[in-house]
Amino acid sequence: MAYDKFEVLTSTAYPLPIENVDTDQIIPARFLKATERKGFGDNFFRDWRYDSEGNPIADFPLNDSKYKGSKILVGGKNFGSGSSREHAAWSVYDFGLRCVISSFFADIFRNNCLNIGVLPVQVSTEFAQTLFDAIEADPNTEIKVDLPNQKVTLVATGESESFQINGYKKGNMLNGFDDIDYLQSMKEEIASFGETRPF
Amino acid sequence: MSKTLFDKVWDSHVVRNIEDGPDVFFIDRHFIHEVTSPVAFVGLKSRGIGVMYPEKTFATADHNTPTWDQHLPVADPLSANQLEALATNAAEHGISHWGLGHRNNGIVHIVGPENGITLPGSTIVCGDSHTSTHGAFGAIAFGIGTSEVEMVLSTQCIMQPKPKKMRINVNGKLGFGVTPKDVALYIIAQQTTSGATGYFVEYAGDVFEDMTMEGRMTVCNLSIEMGARGGMIAPDEKTYEYIKGRKHTPKGVDWDRAMEYWKTLKTDDDAEFDVEFNYDASDIEPMITYGTNPGMGIGVTQSIPLAENVEGGVATYKKSLGYMKFNEGDDMIGKQVDYVFLGSCTNGRIEDFRAFCSIIEGRQKADNITAWLVPGSHKVVDQIKEEGLDKILDASGFVLREPGCSACLAMNDDKVPAGKLAVSTSNRNFEGRQGPGSRTLLASPLVAAATAVEGVVTDPRTLINA
Repeated sequence: MAYDKFEVLTSTAYPLPIENVDTDQIIPARFLKATERKGFGDNFFRDWRYDSEGNPIADFPLNDSKYKGSKILVGGKNFGSGSSREHAAWSVYDFGLRCVISSFFADIFRNNCLNIGVLPVQVSTEFAQTLFDAIEADPNTEIKVDLPNQKVTLVATGESESFQINGYKKGNMLNGFDDIDYLQSMKEEIASFGETRPF
Repeated sequence: MSKTLFDKVWDSHVVRNIEDGPDVFFIDRHFIHEVTSPVAFVGLKSRGIGVMYPEKTFATADHNTPTWDQHLPVADPLSANQLEALATNAAEHGISHWGLGHRNNGIVHIVGPENGITLPGSTIVCGDSHTSTHGAFGAIAFGIGTSEVEMVLSTQCIMQPKPKKMRINVNGKLGFGVTPKDVALYIIAQQTTSGATGYFVEYAGDVFEDMTMEGRMTVCNLSIEMGARGGMIAPDEKTYEYIKGRKHTPKGVDWDRAMEYWKTLKTDDDAEFDVEFNYDASDIEPMITYGTNPGMGIGVTQSIPLAENVEGGVATYKKSLGYMKFNEGDDMIGKQVDYVFLGSCTNGRIEDFRAFCSIIEGRQKADNITAWLVPGSHKVVDQIKEEGLDKILDASGFVLREPGCSACLAMNDDKVPAGKLAVSTSNRNFEGRQGPGSRTLLASPLVAAATAVEGVVTDPRTLINA
């Protein structure tokens, strides 16, 4: 599915300094029953955003008006562990986020994000802490994520750090392309390879 | 050049290597289920493309199927809709479909091996992270997202950078009452929930060589719980014996040819891994988790670690124990339990039911325990009946349910109520995993059985009939 191009994003950020946030928190399994990609943003972190009666928990960062409208989430270490459900990445996107920053990402979640136009930015533990501290001191703190230059910057102080992304995926994100476009273009090569497989 | 088992299988499936990018990776076998595939088919339709190799994809319904009265229409309209979508999509594209009620139906990672779809040296993906199960056969198998399901349907390939390589050796003999589940939970506790992220694991050493195929499946299944992309074990005589003669296994000349290839599937003596770990079998006891990720596991006789002795953030640790309503230093033995779940792709096979029955035979289910016993497939159900295990269960006050993923992820009605504590043979103890507010202790079928008859967390070694 096509997504909007990602070049440079400057935004405030939601802080979520909890480690090992798993995909069952990002989108609980009972909300995976759709047959279309619709409405997953509503149930993003459902059980942390709402109490058992369905009332919003006001001080949970994703509900906190201080951060409303942010396009970046700064999460704790090992963000997105657990299931392969792409619904987790969809819920990030559908909630209105385009970038998740963490000191460490779970593998499949990171991959799913890249496939749907959410940029996972891995930074050092120290830089992640710098971001958390800055957001805590001032919720209007802006973070600039510059994909062409692979650099994330705390706008107010200019503190910055580089991040890694492979050239192919970077090209896709910059252009809003996905892997299927690429694979479709090499179907003959795949078919000849398929002939050689024994089973 | 010397290669690992993983290198041999991976490298032989690379269609194209993209400079500064992923490999275009060919998939031999693709499993789909009702939850993560519908949107992929919507994608195909919107692009106006079809399925390249329908015969390489296998559909089964499992994630949100009921485990009671499967002959009746599915009551939840959303679940029914997903099941219908799977059936329609499979029919439209000529994909074999084992829906609810079909005798091959069951949990995808259980019916794959049962039907000989899982083969050594093959590449297997599914929109489910526990696809790593199939690594037990010397396959490279891992979970993928729905975008990738669409890629495999349309081109039989995905685009993946080659993971780094880790080998985990466990040597020696396992103690009395220590099962493959305990080995896996022990390894995950050592590695933490993220220790193997970015790696593909090969399990080697005496313990895995001695293990049955079903035990190897349990271990490989849980690889994802320490962050690994997958885990695999070199095929051996046990592997060949398990797969021989199954529905989709090569026959005759094809079998002989396959065997020649499969015999090459082992890590060369001087091949190198990026990282290697060695554990001693005698250090492993029956395990149980106490927190909200599978890395938070201890021996069942131990007490919950103090925050000051745990790696990682204290706030996260305290949040986790707070959710579980446990205190640092608590003993696990003796904790009052409400639910016991035997089943899932981790522990829903015949050996798991045999283990459970070995403890409960001649004893009664405790009154405070609600027990859900969910076989992984209809073939497992048949085997349970053939061996008379159903009679043992019945005499002890247990009821057998129908196959499915069930309370492992609680997408169907098998939900542990808020605040209740479950001992579960499944794979994840995340907050709310078994139902909103539910609290989960992961353990082996032996620990689950001992707990089911005593009503509190119990060391199964105290009940094993000598």
